[in-house]
Amino acid sequence: MSPTDRPGPVGAAVERAYRADGGRVLARLISITGDFDLAEESLQEALIAALRTWARDGIPDNPAGWLVTTARRKAVDRLRRHASSERRQRDWGELSIAWTLGTPAEPIGDDRLRLIFTCCHPALPLGARVALTLRALGGLSTAAVARAFLMPEPTLAQRLVRAKRKIREAAIPYEVPAEEELPGRLDAVLAVIYLIFNAGYLPPSGDTLVRVDLCDEAVRLGGVLTRLLPDEVEPIGLLALLHLQDSRRAARVGPSGQPVTLEEQDRRRWDGEKVRRGLELLDAAAALGRPGPYQLKAQIAAVHARTARAEDTDWAAIVACYDALLTVEPTPVVALNRAVAVAMAGVPADGLALLDDPELAGPLASYHLYHLTRADLLRREGRREEAAGAFREARRHTDNQAELAFVERRLREL
Amino acid sequence: MKYMLIIANDPETHPVPGGPGWDELMAAYGTFAEQLASHGKPFSGDPLAPPDTATTVRVRDGKTITVDGPFAETKEWLSGYFLIECDNLDQALQAAAMIPSAKYGAVEVRPVAHM
Repeated sequence: MSPTDRPGPVGAAVERAYRADGGRVLARLISITGDFDLAEESLQEALIAALRTWARDGIPDNPAGWLVTTARRKAVDRLRRHASSERRQRDWGELSIAWTLGTPAEPIGDDRLRLIFTCCHPALPLGARVALTLRALGGLSTAAVARAFLMPEPTLAQRLVRAKRKIREAAIPYEVPAEEELPGRLDAVLAVIYLIFNAGYLPPSGDTLVRVDLCDEAVRLGGVLTRLLPDEVEPIGLLALLHLQDSRRAARVGPSGQPVTLEEQDRRRWDGEKVRRGLELLDAAAALGRPGPYQLKAQIAAVHARTARAEDTDWAAIVACYDALLTVEPTPVVALNRAVAVAMAGVPADGLALLDDPELAGPLASYHLYHLTRADLLRREGRREEAAGAFREARRHTDNQAELAFVERRLREL
Repeated sequence: MKYMLIIANDPETHPVPGGPGWDELMAAYGTFAEQLASHGKPFSGDPLAPPDTATTVRVRDGKTITVDGPFAETKEWLSGYFLIECDNLDQALQAAAMIPSAKYGAVEVRPVAHM
Protein backbone atom coordinates (compact mmCIF):
# COMPACT_ATOMS: atom_id res chain seq x y z
CA MET A 1 0.00 0.00 0.00
CA SER A 2 1.14 3.53 -0.56
CA PRO A 3 -0.07 5.63 2.35
CA THR A 4 0.40 8.74 0.15
CA ASP A 5 -3.08 8.42 -1.33
CA ARG A 6 -4.57 9.24 2.08
CA PRO A 7 -3.94 12.92 2.74
CA GLY A 8 -4.49 14.61 6.09
CA PRO A 9 -2.46 14.58 9.30
CA VAL A 10 -3.08 10.90 10.09
CA GLY A 11 -2.18 9.82 6.56
CA ALA A 12 0.93 11.96 6.78
CA ALA A 13 1.87 10.44 10.15
CA VAL A 14 1.43 6.90 8.79
CA GLU A 15 3.52 7.78 5.78
CA ARG A 16 6.20 9.36 8.00
CA ALA A 17 6.33 6.26 10.18
CA TYR A 18 6.52 4.03 7.10
CA ARG A 19 9.29 6.08 5.51
CA ALA A 20 11.31 6.42 8.71
CA ASP A 21 10.89 2.93 10.10
CA GLY A 22 9.26 0.77 7.41
CA GLY A 23 12.52 -1.06 6.74
CA ARG A 24 13.15 -1.81 10.40
CA VAL A 25 9.53 -2.80 10.98
CA LEU A 26 9.50 -5.19 8.01
CA ALA A 27 12.84 -6.71 9.06
CA ARG A 28 11.48 -7.25 12.56
CA LEU A 29 8.34 -8.89 11.21
CA ILE A 30 10.27 -11.17 8.86
CA SER A 31 12.44 -12.11 11.78
CA ILE A 32 9.43 -12.91 13.99
CA THR A 33 7.37 -14.76 11.38
CA GLY A 34 10.20 -16.29 9.37
CA ASP A 35 8.09 -15.60 6.31
CA PHE A 36 8.61 -12.71 3.86
CA ASP A 37 5.13 -12.80 2.38
CA LEU A 38 3.35 -13.08 5.68
CA ALA A 39 5.44 -10.17 7.01
CA GLU A 40 4.70 -7.97 4.01
CA GLU A 41 0.98 -8.74 3.99
CA SER A 42 0.69 -8.17 7.72
CA LEU A 43 2.54 -4.85 7.50
CA GLN A 44 0.14 -3.70 4.77
CA GLU A 45 -2.81 -4.59 6.97
CA ALA A 46 -1.22 -2.79 9.92
CA LEU A 47 -0.73 0.35 7.81
CA ILE A 48 -4.39 0.28 6.79
CA ALA A 49 -5.40 -0.26 10.43
CA ALA A 50 -3.17 2.65 11.47
CA LEU A 51 -5.11 5.07 9.27
CA ARG A 52 -8.32 4.14 11.07
CA THR A 53 -7.05 3.66 14.61
CA TRP A 54 -4.76 6.66 14.76
CA ALA A 55 -7.60 8.87 13.48
CA ARG A 56 -9.77 7.62 16.34
CA ASP A 57 -7.26 7.28 19.22
CA GLY A 58 -4.53 9.70 18.21
CA ILE A 59 -1.05 9.03 16.89
CA PRO A 60 0.88 6.68 19.22
CA ASP A 61 4.12 7.73 20.92
CA ASN A 62 6.01 4.93 19.23
CA PRO A 63 4.49 4.49 15.76
CA ALA A 64 7.03 1.87 14.66
CA GLY A 65 6.41 -0.25 17.75
CA TRP A 66 2.66 0.10 17.22
CA LEU A 67 3.06 -1.12 13.64
CA VAL A 68 5.11 -4.16 14.73
CA THR A 69 2.63 -5.12 17.43
CA THR A 70 -0.36 -4.67 15.15
CA ALA A 71 1.25 -6.44 12.20
CA ARG A 72 2.20 -9.32 14.48
CA ARG A 73 -1.42 -9.65 15.56
CA LYS A 74 -2.49 -9.57 11.89
CA ALA A 75 0.05 -12.32 11.18
CA VAL A 76 -1.38 -14.49 13.95
CA ASP A 77 -4.88 -13.92 12.53
CA ARG A 78 -3.72 -14.91 9.08
CA LEU A 79 -2.02 -18.04 10.33
CA ARG A 80 -5.04 -18.98 12.42
CA ARG A 81 -7.29 -18.60 9.37
CA HIS A 82 -5.00 -20.84 7.35
CA ALA A 83 -3.91 -23.19 10.11
CA SER A 84 -4.88 -26.31 8.20
CA SER A 85 -1.49 -27.93 7.88
CA GLU A 86 0.54 -29.12 10.81
CA ARG A 87 3.36 -26.80 9.82
CA ARG A 88 1.15 -23.72 9.92
CA GLN A 89 -0.20 -24.71 13.30
CA ARG A 90 3.29 -25.01 14.68
CA ASP A 91 4.22 -21.57 13.28
CA TRP A 92 1.08 -20.12 14.75
CA GLY A 93 1.87 -21.62 18.14
CA GLU A 94 5.32 -20.08 18.19
CA LEU A 95 4.03 -16.79 16.94
CA SER A 96 1.22 -16.47 19.45
CA ILE A 97 3.68 -17.08 22.27
CA ALA A 98 5.91 -14.34 20.87
CA TRP A 99 2.88 -12.09 20.57
CA THR A 100 1.68 -12.70 24.12
CA LEU A 101 5.10 -11.74 25.42
CA GLY A 102 5.16 -8.48 23.44
CA THR A 103 4.14 -5.19 24.99
CA PRO A 104 1.56 -2.96 23.25
CA ALA A 105 4.27 -0.86 21.58
CA GLU A 106 7.51 -2.70 22.04
CA PRO A 107 10.96 -1.28 21.30
CA ILE A 108 11.75 -2.85 17.94
CA GLY A 109 15.53 -2.83 17.77
CA ASP A 110 17.06 -3.39 14.38
CA ASP A 111 16.82 -6.67 12.52
CA ARG A 112 17.91 -5.23 9.21
CA LEU A 113 21.48 -6.51 9.45
CA ARG A 114 20.27 -10.08 9.91
CA LEU A 115 17.93 -9.60 6.99
CA ILE A 116 20.72 -8.22 4.77
CA PHE A 117 22.73 -11.37 5.36
CA THR A 118 19.69 -13.51 4.61
CA CYS A 119 18.83 -11.68 1.39
CA CYS A 120 22.47 -11.76 0.21
CA HIS A 121 23.04 -15.38 1.22
CA PRO A 122 25.34 -17.21 -1.22
CA ALA A 123 22.87 -20.13 -1.26
CA LEU A 124 20.57 -17.90 -3.34
CA PRO A 125 21.15 -17.11 -7.02
CA LEU A 126 22.76 -13.70 -7.51
CA GLY A 127 19.81 -12.14 -9.32
CA ALA A 128 17.49 -13.21 -6.53
CA ARG A 129 19.82 -11.69 -3.91
CA VAL A 130 19.66 -8.32 -5.66
CA ALA A 131 15.90 -8.42 -6.08
CA LEU A 132 15.24 -9.60 -2.52
CA THR A 133 17.52 -6.95 -1.04
CA LEU A 134 15.76 -4.18 -2.97
CA ARG A 135 12.39 -5.63 -2.11
CA ALA A 136 12.86 -6.39 1.59
CA LEU A 137 15.35 -3.70 2.61
CA GLY A 138 14.66 -1.00 0.05
CA GLY A 139 10.91 -1.43 0.21
CA LEU A 140 10.74 -1.25 -3.60
CA SER A 141 7.75 -2.91 -5.22
CA THR A 142 8.25 -5.94 -7.44
CA ALA A 143 7.13 -3.78 -10.38
CA ALA A 144 9.78 -1.14 -9.60
CA VAL A 145 12.56 -3.72 -9.28
CA ALA A 146 11.47 -5.40 -12.54
CA ARG A 147 11.47 -2.03 -14.32
CA ALA A 148 14.90 -1.17 -12.98
CA PHE A 149 16.34 -4.41 -14.34
CA LEU A 150 14.35 -4.31 -17.60
CA MET A 151 12.80 -7.62 -16.69
CA PRO A 152 9.20 -8.75 -17.15
CA GLU A 153 7.44 -8.48 -13.79
CA PRO A 154 6.17 -12.10 -13.77
CA THR A 155 9.74 -13.35 -14.31
CA LEU A 156 10.99 -11.36 -11.35
CA ALA A 157 8.00 -12.33 -9.21
CA GLN A 158 8.70 -15.98 -10.00
CA ARG A 159 12.35 -15.56 -9.04
CA LEU A 160 11.32 -13.94 -5.74
CA VAL A 161 8.86 -16.73 -5.00
CA ARG A 162 11.55 -19.36 -5.55
CA ALA A 163 14.06 -17.48 -3.40
CA LYS A 164 11.60 -17.06 -0.55
CA ARG A 165 10.69 -20.72 -0.76
CA LYS A 166 14.34 -21.69 -0.52
CA ILE A 167 14.84 -19.40 2.48
CA ARG A 168 11.92 -21.11 4.19
CA GLU A 169 12.45 -24.73 3.18
CA ALA A 170 16.23 -24.89 3.36
CA ALA A 171 16.08 -22.77 6.56
CA ILE A 172 18.47 -20.03 5.49
CA PRO A 173 18.84 -18.34 8.88
CA TYR A 174 18.03 -14.77 9.86
CA GLU A 175 21.26 -14.05 11.59
CA VAL A 176 24.53 -12.22 11.32
CA PRO A 177 27.19 -14.81 10.47
CA ALA A 178 29.71 -15.83 13.13
CA GLU A 179 32.96 -13.88 13.20
CA GLU A 180 34.95 -16.48 11.27
CA GLU A 181 32.31 -16.55 8.52
CA LEU A 182 31.75 -12.80 8.42
CA PRO A 183 34.43 -11.65 5.94
CA GLY A 184 33.30 -13.99 3.15
CA ARG A 185 29.64 -13.37 3.77
CA LEU A 186 30.16 -9.62 4.00
CA ASP A 187 31.80 -9.71 0.55
CA ALA A 188 28.58 -11.17 -0.82
CA VAL A 189 26.57 -8.33 0.74
CA LEU A 190 28.92 -5.64 -0.59
CA ALA A 191 28.82 -7.20 -4.06
CA VAL A 192 25.02 -7.02 -4.08
CA ILE A 193 25.01 -3.35 -3.08
CA TYR A 194 27.65 -2.50 -5.68
CA LEU A 195 25.71 -4.45 -8.30
CA ILE A 196 22.59 -2.44 -7.49
CA PHE A 197 24.56 0.78 -7.85
CA ASN A 198 26.08 -0.30 -11.16
CA ALA A 199 22.73 -1.43 -12.49
CA GLY A 200 21.58 2.13 -11.89
CA TYR A 201 24.77 3.67 -13.22
CA LEU A 202 25.13 1.80 -16.49
CA PRO A 203 22.46 -0.68 -17.47
CA PRO A 204 23.66 -3.25 -20.03
CA SER A 205 20.79 -2.41 -22.35
CA GLY A 206 17.97 0.06 -22.67
CA ASP A 207 18.11 3.69 -23.60
CA THR A 208 18.82 5.58 -20.39
CA LEU A 209 22.35 5.74 -19.07
CA VAL A 210 21.72 6.68 -15.46
CA ARG A 211 18.93 5.12 -13.43
CA VAL A 212 18.64 7.49 -10.59
CA ASP A 213 16.67 5.47 -8.10
CA LEU A 214 18.92 2.39 -8.03
CA CYS A 215 22.00 4.54 -7.37
CA ASP A 216 20.22 6.30 -4.51
CA GLU A 217 19.03 2.97 -3.19
CA ALA A 218 22.55 1.51 -3.20
CA VAL A 219 23.93 4.56 -1.39
CA ARG A 220 21.15 4.28 1.17
CA LEU A 221 21.75 0.53 1.72
CA GLY A 222 25.50 1.17 1.97
CA GLY A 223 24.79 3.78 4.63
CA VAL A 224 22.59 1.37 6.59
CA LEU A 225 25.36 -1.24 6.45
CA THR A 226 28.05 1.13 7.75
CA ARG A 227 25.82 2.16 10.64
CA LEU A 228 25.01 -1.45 11.51
CA LEU A 229 28.61 -2.70 11.19
CA PRO A 230 30.64 0.34 12.29
CA ASP A 231 33.86 -1.61 12.89
CA GLU A 232 34.06 -3.15 9.43
CA VAL A 233 36.22 -1.19 7.02
CA GLU A 234 35.06 -2.38 3.59
CA PRO A 235 31.46 -1.13 3.92
CA ILE A 236 32.91 2.34 4.55
CA GLY A 237 35.22 1.91 1.56
CA LEU A 238 32.26 0.92 -0.59
CA LEU A 239 30.16 3.84 0.59
CA ALA A 240 33.07 6.23 -0.16
CA LEU A 241 33.34 4.72 -3.64
CA LEU A 242 29.61 5.06 -4.27
CA HIS A 243 29.63 8.73 -3.22
CA LEU A 244 32.63 9.54 -5.40
CA GLN A 245 31.21 7.75 -8.45
CA ASP A 246 27.81 9.22 -7.86
CA SER A 247 29.25 12.75 -7.62
CA ARG A 248 29.87 12.57 -11.38
CA ARG A 249 26.29 11.66 -12.17
CA ALA A 250 25.28 14.99 -13.74
CA ALA A 251 28.53 15.31 -15.71
CA ARG A 252 28.76 11.82 -17.16
CA VAL A 253 25.73 12.11 -19.40
CA GLY A 254 25.50 14.71 -22.15
CA PRO A 255 22.41 16.76 -23.07
CA SER A 256 21.12 14.12 -25.50
CA GLY A 257 21.79 11.23 -23.11
CA GLN A 258 25.17 10.23 -24.53
CA PRO A 259 27.94 9.12 -22.14
CA VAL A 260 30.71 11.64 -21.46
CA THR A 261 34.13 10.17 -20.59
CA LEU A 262 35.86 11.09 -17.36
CA GLU A 263 38.42 13.04 -19.38
CA GLU A 264 35.78 15.09 -21.20
CA GLN A 265 33.51 15.73 -18.24
CA ASP A 266 32.90 19.29 -17.07
CA ARG A 267 34.25 18.85 -13.58
CA ARG A 268 32.43 21.92 -12.30
CA ARG A 269 29.29 19.83 -12.64
CA TRP A 270 30.54 17.23 -10.18
CA ASP A 271 28.54 17.28 -6.96
CA GLY A 272 30.89 18.94 -4.47
CA GLU A 273 28.89 17.76 -1.47
CA LYS A 274 29.10 14.11 -2.56
CA VAL A 275 32.82 14.47 -3.27
CA ARG A 276 33.36 15.96 0.19
CA ARG A 277 31.36 13.16 1.82
CA GLY A 278 33.17 10.50 -0.23
CA LEU A 279 36.61 11.82 0.73
CA GLU A 280 35.54 12.06 4.38
CA LEU A 281 34.42 8.42 4.32
CA LEU A 282 37.64 7.40 2.61
CA ASP A 283 39.66 9.06 5.40
CA ALA A 284 37.55 7.20 7.96
CA ALA A 285 38.19 3.91 6.14
CA ALA A 286 41.92 4.60 5.80
CA ALA A 287 42.12 5.29 9.54
CA LEU A 288 40.87 1.75 10.21
CA GLY A 289 43.63 0.28 8.00
CA ARG A 290 43.31 -3.06 6.18
CA PRO A 291 42.43 -1.59 2.77
CA GLY A 292 40.27 -3.95 0.75
CA PRO A 293 39.15 -3.76 -2.88
CA TYR A 294 36.42 -1.19 -2.34
CA GLN A 295 38.64 1.16 -0.39
CA LEU A 296 41.33 0.88 -3.09
CA LYS A 297 38.77 1.64 -5.81
CA ALA A 298 37.59 4.61 -3.76
CA GLN A 299 41.22 5.82 -3.55
CA ILE A 300 41.40 5.76 -7.34
CA ALA A 301 38.13 7.66 -7.62
CA ALA A 302 39.48 10.12 -5.04
CA VAL A 303 42.53 10.93 -7.17
CA HIS A 304 40.13 12.03 -9.93
CA ALA A 305 37.85 13.82 -7.50
CA ARG A 306 40.72 15.93 -6.17
CA THR A 307 41.90 16.91 -9.67
CA ALA A 308 40.28 20.00 -11.17
CA ARG A 309 41.63 19.54 -14.72
CA ALA A 310 41.83 16.12 -16.42
CA GLU A 311 45.31 16.84 -17.82
CA ASP A 312 46.67 17.28 -14.26
CA THR A 313 45.65 13.76 -13.18
CA ASP A 314 48.33 11.97 -11.16
CA TRP A 315 48.29 8.76 -13.19
CA ALA A 316 51.34 7.35 -11.42
CA ALA A 317 49.37 7.43 -8.16
CA ILE A 318 46.51 5.66 -9.91
CA VAL A 319 48.82 2.95 -11.28
CA ALA A 320 50.07 2.39 -7.71
CA CYS A 321 46.46 1.96 -6.51
CA TYR A 322 45.80 -0.56 -9.28
CA ASP A 323 48.95 -2.48 -8.37
CA ALA A 324 47.60 -2.82 -4.82
CA LEU A 325 44.15 -3.67 -6.12
CA LEU A 326 45.48 -6.43 -8.39
CA THR A 327 46.97 -8.20 -5.37
CA VAL A 328 43.57 -8.40 -3.60
CA GLU A 329 41.37 -8.65 -6.71
CA PRO A 330 43.34 -10.25 -9.55
CA THR A 331 40.64 -10.07 -12.24
CA PRO A 332 40.91 -9.26 -15.97
CA VAL A 333 38.75 -6.15 -15.52
CA VAL A 334 41.14 -4.72 -12.90
CA ALA A 335 44.06 -5.54 -15.19
CA LEU A 336 42.24 -3.75 -18.03
CA ASN A 337 41.83 -0.61 -15.96
CA ARG A 338 45.41 -0.78 -14.82
CA ALA A 339 46.52 -0.92 -18.47
CA VAL A 340 44.62 2.33 -19.10
CA ALA A 341 46.34 3.99 -16.15
CA VAL A 342 49.73 2.77 -17.39
CA ALA A 343 48.98 4.22 -20.84
CA MET A 344 47.92 7.54 -19.35
CA ALA A 345 50.94 7.70 -17.03
CA GLY A 346 53.37 7.11 -19.91
CA VAL A 347 52.60 6.47 -23.54
CA PRO A 348 49.57 4.68 -25.03
CA ALA A 349 51.83 1.99 -26.49
CA ASP A 350 52.70 0.75 -22.96
CA GLY A 351 49.01 0.25 -22.21
CA LEU A 352 48.35 -1.33 -25.60
CA ALA A 353 51.09 -3.88 -25.01
CA LEU A 354 49.36 -4.90 -21.76
CA LEU A 355 45.94 -5.07 -23.48
CA ASP A 356 47.20 -7.29 -26.29
CA ASP A 357 48.60 -9.83 -23.83
CA PRO A 358 46.56 -12.98 -24.58
CA GLU A 359 46.03 -13.59 -20.86
CA LEU A 360 44.01 -10.38 -20.75
CA ALA A 361 42.61 -10.34 -24.29
CA GLY A 362 41.25 -13.89 -24.06
CA PRO A 363 38.86 -13.56 -21.10
CA LEU A 364 37.70 -10.08 -22.18
CA ALA A 365 37.07 -10.89 -25.86
CA SER A 366 33.32 -10.29 -25.61
CA TYR A 367 33.48 -7.38 -23.13
CA HIS A 368 32.61 -4.16 -24.98
CA LEU A 369 34.67 -1.97 -22.64
CA TYR A 370 37.80 -3.97 -23.48
CA HIS A 371 37.38 -3.11 -27.17
CA LEU A 372 36.40 0.50 -26.39
CA THR A 373 39.52 0.90 -24.25
CA ARG A 374 41.74 -0.62 -26.91
CA ALA A 375 40.14 1.56 -29.57
CA ASP A 376 40.73 4.65 -27.49
CA LEU A 377 44.43 3.90 -26.97
CA LEU A 378 44.88 3.12 -30.67
CA ARG A 379 43.15 6.43 -31.45
CA ARG A 380 45.55 8.27 -29.15
CA GLU A 381 48.46 6.55 -30.89
CA GLY A 382 47.16 7.79 -34.24
CA ARG A 383 46.57 4.21 -35.49
CA ARG A 384 43.22 5.15 -37.07
CA GLU A 385 42.50 2.02 -39.08
CA GLU A 386 43.04 -0.28 -36.13
CA ALA A 387 41.11 2.07 -33.83
CA ALA A 388 38.12 1.97 -36.18
CA GLY A 389 38.27 -1.84 -36.20
CA ALA A 390 38.29 -1.94 -32.39
CA PHE A 391 35.37 0.53 -32.16
CA ARG A 392 33.37 -1.68 -34.50
CA GLU A 393 34.23 -4.71 -32.37
CA ALA A 394 33.00 -2.82 -29.26
CA ARG A 395 29.75 -2.05 -31.09
CA ARG A 396 29.11 -5.77 -31.57
CA HIS A 397 29.16 -6.39 -27.83
CA THR A 398 26.71 -3.84 -26.44
CA ASP A 399 23.06 -3.06 -27.08
CA ASN A 400 22.93 0.07 -24.92
CA GLN A 401 21.65 2.86 -27.20
CA ALA A 402 23.66 5.60 -25.51
CA GLU A 403 26.87 3.60 -25.79
CA LEU A 404 26.19 2.74 -29.41
CA ALA A 405 25.75 6.44 -30.16
CA PHE A 406 29.06 7.12 -28.40
CA VAL A 407 30.85 4.57 -30.60
CA GLU A 408 29.29 6.11 -33.71
CA ARG A 409 30.53 9.54 -32.65
CA ARG A 410 34.06 8.23 -32.11
CA LEU A 411 34.01 6.51 -35.51
CA ARG A 412 32.97 9.77 -37.18
CA GLU A 413 35.73 11.67 -35.35
CA LEU A 414 38.48 9.32 -36.54
CA MET B 1 15.82 -29.35 10.44
CA LYS B 2 17.18 -32.47 8.83
CA TYR B 3 19.64 -32.14 5.98
CA MET B 4 21.17 -34.74 3.72
CA LEU B 5 24.75 -34.08 2.74
CA ILE B 6 25.28 -35.89 -0.53
CA ILE B 7 28.88 -36.53 -1.44
CA ALA B 8 29.85 -36.67 -5.12
CA ASN B 9 33.38 -37.55 -6.15
CA ASP B 10 35.43 -37.68 -9.27
CA PRO B 11 37.25 -41.06 -9.02
CA GLU B 12 40.10 -39.56 -11.07
CA THR B 13 41.08 -37.20 -8.27
CA HIS B 14 39.64 -38.80 -5.11
CA PRO B 15 41.96 -41.10 -3.11
CA VAL B 16 41.24 -44.82 -3.52
CA PRO B 17 41.62 -47.58 -0.88
CA GLY B 18 45.28 -48.39 -0.41
CA GLY B 19 46.37 -45.47 -2.64
CA PRO B 20 48.10 -42.24 -1.67
CA GLY B 21 46.16 -40.05 0.73
CA TRP B 22 43.70 -42.83 1.67
CA ASP B 23 44.77 -43.34 5.29
CA GLU B 24 44.76 -39.58 5.95
CA LEU B 25 41.31 -39.36 4.39
CA MET B 26 39.93 -42.12 6.61
CA ALA B 27 41.44 -40.49 9.68
CA ALA B 28 39.81 -37.19 8.67
CA TYR B 29 36.44 -38.97 8.34
CA GLY B 30 36.95 -40.38 11.84
CA THR B 31 37.54 -36.87 13.19
CA PHE B 32 34.51 -35.55 11.31
CA ALA B 33 32.25 -38.25 12.78
CA GLU B 34 33.54 -37.42 16.27
CA GLN B 35 32.78 -33.74 15.70
CA LEU B 36 29.25 -34.59 14.59
CA ALA B 37 28.78 -36.83 17.61
CA SER B 38 30.01 -34.09 19.96
CA HIS B 39 27.00 -31.95 18.97
CA GLY B 40 24.77 -34.52 20.63
CA LYS B 41 22.29 -34.59 17.75
CA PRO B 42 21.46 -37.81 15.94
CA PHE B 43 23.17 -38.35 12.63
CA SER B 44 23.87 -41.17 10.26
CA GLY B 45 26.06 -41.66 7.25
CA ASP B 46 27.77 -44.26 5.14
CA PRO B 47 30.04 -44.57 2.18
CA LEU B 48 28.63 -46.22 -0.92
CA ALA B 49 30.30 -48.88 -3.04
CA PRO B 50 31.44 -47.65 -6.49
CA PRO B 51 28.87 -47.03 -9.24
CA ASP B 52 29.86 -50.18 -11.14
CA THR B 53 28.08 -52.03 -8.33
CA ALA B 54 24.87 -50.05 -8.90
CA THR B 55 21.64 -51.40 -10.35
CA THR B 56 18.74 -49.12 -11.28
CA VAL B 57 15.10 -50.15 -11.09
CA ARG B 58 12.12 -48.53 -12.80
CA VAL B 59 8.52 -49.72 -12.78
CA ARG B 60 6.56 -49.00 -15.99
CA ASP B 61 3.06 -50.29 -16.67
CA GLY B 62 3.41 -52.70 -13.77
CA LYS B 63 6.62 -54.17 -15.18
CA THR B 64 9.90 -53.89 -13.35
CA ILE B 65 12.78 -52.83 -15.57
CA THR B 66 16.18 -53.52 -14.10
CA VAL B 67 19.22 -51.84 -15.62
CA ASP B 68 22.88 -52.16 -14.79
CA GLY B 69 24.53 -48.94 -13.57
CA PRO B 70 23.59 -45.73 -11.73
CA PHE B 71 20.54 -43.62 -12.73
CA ALA B 72 22.65 -40.80 -14.03
CA GLU B 73 25.93 -41.16 -15.90
CA THR B 74 28.16 -38.31 -14.81
CA LYS B 75 31.85 -37.76 -14.26
CA GLU B 76 31.24 -37.37 -10.54
CA TRP B 77 29.46 -40.16 -8.76
CA LEU B 78 27.56 -40.50 -5.56
CA SER B 79 30.01 -41.89 -3.04
CA GLY B 80 28.37 -41.42 0.32
CA TYR B 81 26.00 -39.40 2.44
CA PHE B 82 25.38 -38.00 5.88
CA LEU B 83 21.98 -37.29 7.36
CA ILE B 84 22.31 -34.65 10.07
CA GLU B 85 20.18 -32.45 12.32
CA CYS B 86 20.90 -28.71 12.23
CA ASP B 87 19.19 -25.49 13.28
CA ASN B 88 19.59 -23.89 9.88
CA LEU B 89 21.29 -23.99 6.50
CA ASP B 90 24.43 -22.19 7.69
CA GLN B 91 25.16 -24.97 10.17
CA ALA B 92 24.55 -27.58 7.49
CA LEU B 93 26.87 -25.76 5.07
CA GLN B 94 29.55 -25.62 7.76
CA ALA B 95 29.23 -29.36 8.32
CA ALA B 96 29.36 -29.97 4.57
CA ALA B 97 32.58 -27.99 4.28
CA MET B 98 34.10 -30.19 7.02
CA ILE B 99 33.49 -33.41 5.07
CA PRO B 100 36.98 -34.55 4.01
CA SER B 101 35.89 -35.46 0.47
CA ALA B 102 34.73 -31.86 -0.11
CA LYS B 103 38.39 -31.14 -0.88
CA TYR B 104 38.22 -33.47 -3.91
CA GLY B 105 34.63 -33.51 -5.09
CA ALA B 106 31.44 -31.73 -4.09
CA VAL B 107 28.87 -31.97 -1.34
CA GLU B 108 25.26 -31.16 -2.12
CA VAL B 109 23.21 -29.97 0.85
CA ARG B 110 19.51 -30.73 0.67
CA PRO B 111 16.89 -30.15 3.35
CA VAL B 112 14.74 -33.18 4.05
CA ALA B 113 11.20 -32.22 2.96
CA HIS B 114 8.33 -32.04 5.44
CA MET B 115 5.53 -34.22 4.16
